[in-house]
Amino acid sequence: MTDKERELLLLIEKEGRMASDKLAKMLELPINEVRDMLADLEERKVILGYSAIIDWTKAVGTEMVTAMIDVKVTPQRGRGFDEVAERIYRFKEVKACYLMSGTYDLSVMIEGRTMSEIANFVSEKLSTLESVISTTTHFRLKQYKHDGIIFVDDDEDDHRMVVSP
Amino acid sequence: MTHVKAEHNVKLSQNVEGIAPSGIRRFFDLASSMDNIISLGVGEPDYTTPWNVREASIHSLERGLTSYTANAGLMELREEISRYMEERFQTKYDPADEIIVTVGASEGLDIALRAVVDPGDEVLVVEPCFVSYAPLVSLTGGIPVPVPTSMEDNFQVSVEAIRERLTPDTKAIMLSFPNNPTGAVMGKAELEEIAALVQEHDLVVFSDEIYAELSYDEEHVSTAALEGMWDRTILISGFSKSFAMTGWRVGYVCAPAPYAKAMLKIHQYAMMCASTMAQYAALEAMKNGRQEMEEMIVSYRQRRNYFVESLREAGLECHSPGGAFYAFPSIRATGMTSEEFAEKLLIEQRVAVVPGHVFGAGGEGHVRCSYAASMSQLEEAVDRIAAFVKNVRK
Ligand SMILES: Cc1ncc(COP(=O)(O)O)c(C=O)c1O
Repeated sequence: MTDKERELLLLIEKEGRMASDKLAKMLELPINEVRDMLADLEERKVILGYSAIIDWTKAVGTEMVTAMIDVKVTPQRGRGFDEVAERIYRFKEVKACYLMSGTYDLSVMIEGRTMSEIANFVSEKLSTLESVISTTTHFRLKQYKHDGIIFVDDDEDDHRMVVSP
Repeated sequence: MTHVKAEHNVKLSQNVEGIAPSGIRRFFDLASSMDNIISLGVGEPDYTTPWNVREASIHSLERGLTSYTANAGLMELREEISRYMEERFQTKYDPADEIIVTVGASEGLDIALRAVVDPGDEVLVVEPCFVSYAPLVSLTGGIPVPVPTSMEDNFQVSVEAIRERLTPDTKAIMLSFPNNPTGAVMGKAELEEIAALVQEHDLVVFSDEIYAELSYDEEHVSTAALEGMWDRTILISGFSKSFAMTGWRVGYVCAPAPYAKAMLKIHQYAMMCASTMAQYAALEAMKNGRQEMEEMIVSYRQRRNYFVESLREAGLECHSPGGAFYAFPSIRATGMTSEEFAEKLLIEQRVAVVPGHVFGAGGEGHVRCSYAASMSQLEEAVDRIAAFVKNVRK
């Protein structure tokens, strides 16, 4: 990874997809070099996608319910946790899935339209998997900060004087 | 109750009356009266002070740390400044008697000048520069002597320009790199030439290095770190720019003990000490502020790259500003004065910039644009400037 690649990644991680000519200026690189760099990073799956950060609580009528589920599983000989993890993360309801150290093994984030939708998923899909020993479901009540972005109404006005020395 | 109206003729110091109000004021008033403007006229970071710094100050209040500190500032803070100056700029100051925590670099500049300059002394002021230098020299009774720089020299000061202005009364020179408003920096080789001249003529150097961290292409070189310069340099710096702490009013001066002692005399009577809660904030910035500062620096550099290149595309000639957060494009091609340009741009396109002449000699023909603004503001500003330039050139 070159310094410029790193700088590019840090920038778009924060800003999302940006026009190549703008990136070229900001990074002091020729525009085709930026295009090649992006294409290469996408191909190598270093960049997996571009997305927006949305506060769904403000998009009336589309609010989703989110739960974090601690899952204890029996690892399988030869494949460890990967096989059972795969069976879980392939469900489209699963938004995130991590292998954790500590008192449980997998941390699974589920999104659904209602609490009962999530409850159904846990009781019918998740806990019925053979290697799953137990699940503990925590519903998310409020989102304060996500991916480095503060969700509660922060005072983001520019308080500076319009002209100063 | 009746007030007897006493006859009183206002009696102001001639010194103060002789000082012209800052040219920035007029623009401030004009811009403040307008809506929907994009301001590139701001001389401070667009960041809020990092949370850990704010939190440390809140914590100091919770602990009841609300009394005066030592005149020179919290010892712990001076020790951090001392360590920082040595690690970062290879220049050593004893926290016991060579560092004073001030109310911003602004106070640092004032006490440095007052400690050195007597009425009639000439102080060379490298311009364009921060607006306070010449008035502060005048307040001491000294005579500010502008030394202009120009875009042709990347706004670096030349030995010849200084030499031409030396007289038997020249006592000191004021340098400030990276520079506000030009963004110019001076490297080691260039500074060494100036240093040789300064030593030959035994001048004192005031070096305002408040933008030292905001040097994007090469490492900042401190004047005090150059061979033979430590003894004669008063270094002024602060937290405002690099840590986004303008409103806290905290900075520092570093100088050999005899100079520091003289400055401390003024500081102890005029200020007592810098604000205690601001000093605790500064202490946290020194101890744990590096990473967030570096992130801000990367972002300033990216915005500089974008902005300067875009100004050039818009048809304005612009030197490469190596530091601070200002671009100082030439507007001569438009045939306007910098005042006309700035005023028309504000009225017609609602973009505020500062006319270059307010920063002294060499500033006319340029405008200062601060790129401490969001990328979306910069993009919009660049579009409007481009439209404006195209229009006036038709
Ligand atoms: C070159 C220069 N020196 C000093 C200052 C004042 O800084 P402080 O906020 O530390 O008083 C400024 C602020 O604009 C500046 O640009």
